[in-house]
Amino acid sequence: MENTLYTITVFSENTVGLLGQITIIFTRRNLNIETLSVSPSAIKGIHKFTITLFTTEDSVRKVVQQIDKRIDILKAYYNTDEGLVSQEIALYKVATDKLLELGTIEKLIRHHHVHILEMNENFVVFEKTGHYDETQQLFVELSQSVGVLQFIRSGRVAITRSKVERLSDMLENIQHKFGE
Amino acid sequence: MRSLVHEGVDTIFGYPGGAIMPVFDALFDYDKHLNHILTRHEQGATHAAQGYARVSGKVGVCLVTSGPAATNAITGISDAMLDSTPLVVITGQVSAVLLGTDAFQEIDVVGITQPITKWAYQIRRAEDIAWAVARAFYIARSGRPGPVVLDFAKNAQTQLVEFDYKPCTFIRSYLPVPEVQPLQIEAAAALINGAKKPFALVGQGVILSNAEAELKAFLEKADIPAAWTLLGASAMSYDFPLNKGFLGMHGNVGPNMKTNECDVLIAIGMRFDDRVTGDLNTYAKQAKIIHLDIDISEIGKNVKPDAPVLGSAKDTLPALTAKVNPAKHTEWIHSFEECEKLEYEKVIKREVYPESGELTMGEVIHKISEATDNKAILVTDVGQNQMLAARYFNYTQTRSVVTSGGLGTMGFGIPAAIGAKMGAPERTVCTFCGDGGFQMTIQELGTIMQEQIGVKMIILNNHFLGMVRQWQEMFFDERYSFTEMQNPDFVAIAKAYRIDGTEVYKREELDGAIADMLKDDKPYLLVVNVEKKGMVFPMVPAGTCVTNILLGD
Repeated sequence: MENTLYTITVFSENTVGLLGQITIIFTRRNLNIETLSVSPSAIKGIHKFTITLFTTEDSVRKVVQQIDKRIDILKAYYNTDEGLVSQEIALYKVATDKLLELGTIEKLIRHHHVHILEMNENFVVFEKTGHYDETQQLFVELSQSVGVLQFIRSGRVAITRSKVERLSDMLENIQHKFGE
Repeated sequence: MRSLVHEGVDTIFGYPGGAIMPVFDALFDYDKHLNHILTRHEQGATHAAQGYARVSGKVGVCLVTSGPAATNAITGISDAMLDSTPLVVITGQVSAVLLGTDAFQEIDVVGITQPITKWAYQIRRAEDIAWAVARAFYIARSGRPGPVVLDFAKNAQTQLVEFDYKPCTFIRSYLPVPEVQPLQIEAAAALINGAKKPFALVGQGVILSNAEAELKAFLEKADIPAAWTLLGASAMSYDFPLNKGFLGMHGNVGPNMKTNECDVLIAIGMRFDDRVTGDLNTYAKQAKIIHLDIDISEIGKNVKPDAPVLGSAKDTLPALTAKVNPAKHTEWIHSFEECEKLEYEKVIKREVYPESGELTMGEVIHKISEATDNKAILVTDVGQNQMLAARYFNYTQTRSVVTSGGLGTMGFGIPAAIGAKMGAPERTVCTFCGDGGFQMTIQELGTIMQEQIGVKMIILNNHFLGMVRQWQEMFFDERYSFTEMQNPDFVAIAKAYRIDGTEVYKREELDGAIADMLKDDKPYLLVVNVEKKGMVFPMVPAGTCVTNILLGD
């Protein structure tokens, strides 16, 4: 079966040790996490994990069920790229003198829509947001022209295209039932 | 302590040590409320708690110290996880200020136990004790039960706080029992109503949800033959006419053959374990599959159902019974008889009713079952003794089988029997062990001696690790690599623990020895020397089709 890139979204309570509980589910099935990003969600006290991996639908479904089963997990679901609006961010550090020598800063900004975060006599830090291919392309270009001193790319953050807001609906449902 | 009493705990299995001493000190004053059983090893404490939980339906409780005690408890916790047994295991831990410093007897208990528990939590402040204990019991017993670990830092054991105990009944991120969905019930009922050859598989879910009566009503109304998994054993009485026997690798011929002949397969509270299904690619391909389970992650995990039914069997079975039409499948049910006849001729006659030759495991098990009027609780170790006991012990009451199914833990039998007797003191508890497994937790004879726990222990001694020997004979060219055992005088060991016992070599000695064992409610060890090269048949070799049944002829 063909492997596809899936994005798993997990909402959890903010308790110690949850990341470990999630990652062992992947480890046990010999699945490799491509990217991972964790942050507080829009709802107070609830954290959101965004995890990407290449696998089959059967396998991602089972992984999501196992994650969802953990006590402190509120909700877990998966999407393919079609179901998501997603973004990543990358930072590039290059030497100022080489960049000036090349003289193509304007082209970089126009073409790649990079922002300059910091610039001094030694180095410049660019920021670019985009999908993996886009940030990777800039990395390749810079590496070949001026060389990249440091590079970092974030994990994916994603928002679903679906009209239903699964978590808030679920919470409302639970509170409703519990309130009765 | 008061938190435990609030949860209705009356029995604790444990072993004291440095990091749990303040709790044990408090326990000293609670002897009227809490009966603490001192086992001889922490593994024994966990298995005993499992035995207690399995027969009583209550949560089994263990209390052990940090470090090596916690790691010794791992086997029992894993076993409880795989067999959905409700346990709360409290481990001591070093003081919060020492955490992460490699302090004496410090080990990352929460980290180690997360993959093998429903929930693992570290209590670092006394304020959290009541909350964590309430939550632990709620999680362990609700929904699909399982083990919970509370890692209890020493500083939190000695702090004083205002005691404010509120039982836990709700966790917003945890839905233990999914609501019955009428559409799923209707879809399943439609399949059953259209079935000519329906067949039901009964798992432990029926016992865990106390749905034995609901199961019977369902099967009787739609006239559906049923078979049970190892952990579903005793959900139906052995003489219930629709009970067609044991499923899986060493199950009965009929249930395995009919799995691949039925037109609708109804799995109830079971998880399609590989020991039941064999090769999934050839498993029940002709049938429409209905899967009733409380745990959504089990649905479609191994076998993709045509009609999933999510919920507790206690709720889903009556809902289904209401929707199915009364039916008669007389011819289909009669078709099991041919398989039964074949199995009797080829296997059972030789194993259970031998007229000459050495004693067999099957005849010993069958005789003991009959001598207890088929009312005893069966506890087993793991291996040939386990499979043959599951086959030839008869059950008339539910919660009559305590065995290590998922993990297959040798050494389970003796400590689990201790717990089973504590959980059902009025019942006879018979535990069958091989000579191998018995020696893995032999130290628990000390517990039996000290507490005078009236378990009836039977060693089926073939001087071999019998099941491994059987595989070596069948699949490894009779290369008996390290399976032969030189054994001690087991009866003399029991005597040293002041436990009565006797050893049997000949068929004519057996009945008398069994009667002697069962004459009172005292602990007893019966060692039966059985044939060295006994085999368990029928057998579906691992990973093959369920109809590929070897009969040993």
